[in-house]
Amino acid sequence: MKKLVNDPRNVVAEAVAGFGAAHADIVRVSTEPVYIVRSDAPVTGKVGLVSGGGSGHEPLHGGFVGFGMLDAAVPGAVFTSPTPDPILAATKAVDGGAGVLHIVKNYTGDVLNFETAADLAAADGIEVRSVLVNDDVAVKDSLYTAGRRGVAGTVLVEKIAGASAERGDALETVAAIAERVISGVRSMGVALTPCVVPHAGEGSFSLADDEIEIGIGIHGEPGRARIKLEPADAIVDRLLGPILEDIPFVAGDKVLLFVNGMGGTPQIELYIVFRRAAEVLAEQGIDVTRTLVGNFTTSLEMQGASITVLKLDDELTALWDAPVQTAALRWGR
Amino acid sequence: MNLDVTWAKAWIRTSAAVMSEHRVELINLDRAIGDGDHGENMDRGFQAVLSKLEDLPSEANPGDVFKLVATTLISTVGGAAGPLYGTAFLKAAVAVTGAADLDGSALVAFLTAARDGIVLRGKAESGDKTMVDAWTPAVDAAEAARAEGADDLAILVAAAVAAESGAQATEPWVARKGRASYLGERAIGHRDPGAQSSALLLRAAADTASMV
Repeated sequence: MKKLVNDPRNVVAEAVAGFGAAHADIVRVSTEPVYIVRSDAPVTGKVGLVSGGGSGHEPLHGGFVGFGMLDAAVPGAVFTSPTPDPILAATKAVDGGAGVLHIVKNYTGDVLNFETAADLAAADGIEVRSVLVNDDVAVKDSLYTAGRRGVAGTVLVEKIAGASAERGDALETVAAIAERVISGVRSMGVALTPCVVPHAGEGSFSLADDEIEIGIGIHGEPGRARIKLEPADAIVDRLLGPILEDIPFVAGDKVLLFVNGMGGTPQIELYIVFRRAAEVLAEQGIDVTRTLVGNFTTSLEMQGASITVLKLDDELTALWDAPVQTAALRWGR
Repeated sequence: MNLDVTWAKAWIRTSAAVMSEHRVELINLDRAIGDGDHGENMDRGFQAVLSKLEDLPSEANPGDVFKLVATTLISTVGGAAGPLYGTAFLKAAVAVTGAADLDGSALVAFLTAARDGIVLRGKAESGDKTMVDAWTPAVDAAEAARAEGADDLAILVAAAVAAESGAQATEPWVARKGRASYLGERAIGHRDPGAQSSALLLRAAADTASMV
């Protein structure tokens, strides 16, 4: 496996240094401990938004730090949650006196480390609220699992909650809006190839040339089922079915349709996926009023894609449309 | 030997060596049903502990060693294992605060507090296919050995053997906590990596007590 790295142990530190140098107009980076904050942090009187998690999902989360979205991102080692120290440091760095919201993807490691950091921040007098993103319908949500995983829907939570904080909403309101997005967003993904963690050096799972994994997460973990490769439209139908049945989404709903690449799939294929997904939604009378297509929540060089559908109302739509200026999403400003 | 500060430090040094030695094994177990980072994270965490061990004051007792292990693992391991092992060592350190060496009942209290810390943080129960499935048999075996009048070494050996059986017993199970729970029946046939690293840690404790 060939990779553009120096020492595998320095992958995150070197990537974050490069990110800071490339986007110095938007962010500054701390190296010890490692976190990324918007260049004007802390913004006095504004709720601070902090997210984070294992690296390897770029542009999530660092690419979403900036005006109208996150105040800080805390990258852990590749596919490994950050520890409480940098989360606490980032929380302090963005506290403008209005409290801080932690946006946490529902993985045991992320939950435990963010919980510990929130306890420490509270002990320092910072008001912290946390929301758990759990949009992945591939995982059964029951007492017998750790609950659904947070995947690409996280981007939509960060954008919409970020706009809420930017317009001056109080911590309770920003958290409530984040929860509203979480309750209305569902995702499911497919992998055509595994990904290779730099320090592991081999595939996170093995797939034959003609096999795909349905219902993957974003950390290279295997999915729920392995099947033979099918035409794109059939795969889209397999992903979209469980998503639409889940809330459910029904005729007359206005939605945001988001086709996300896992890192190694070209745009041309993502648009083939989008075409079929939009077609299915139109057939069911679901109105796609906003869209997003691209590599936003990746799994290193994995080939594959995920589909995310978010139920919109007028307020969520306005917050989605609000100006944003980050490395990975930029409009209106 | 007495389970004093010399033993505590020797145990942690041995654990660091064992985690390096078993790094790839733990990565492979985790690749099968998790995300493949457990061996890397444990190795990184214990190497960090190793470099801090020498900074302890000469009058330190075992509880001080375990508190240092706890805070270092919490701040260096990441993932779920960092907070879980960190909380285990923190609660265990508190259980033996001030003791210069651990007698049988202190040892059982130490192991029990460690297990309770893991349960508190991770909210897992026996049979969920997690670290708890190594720790609970270890605690039970240690308590049974102590009740029969076993010495410290025999208590630690009983705990290590029970943890190893406990880790092995997770193989045919479906996981109900942690990342492996996403796999449903596909987790069957694979040993839980956290239970395995727990067994390695307890085996290191027994080996160290027998050597010194």
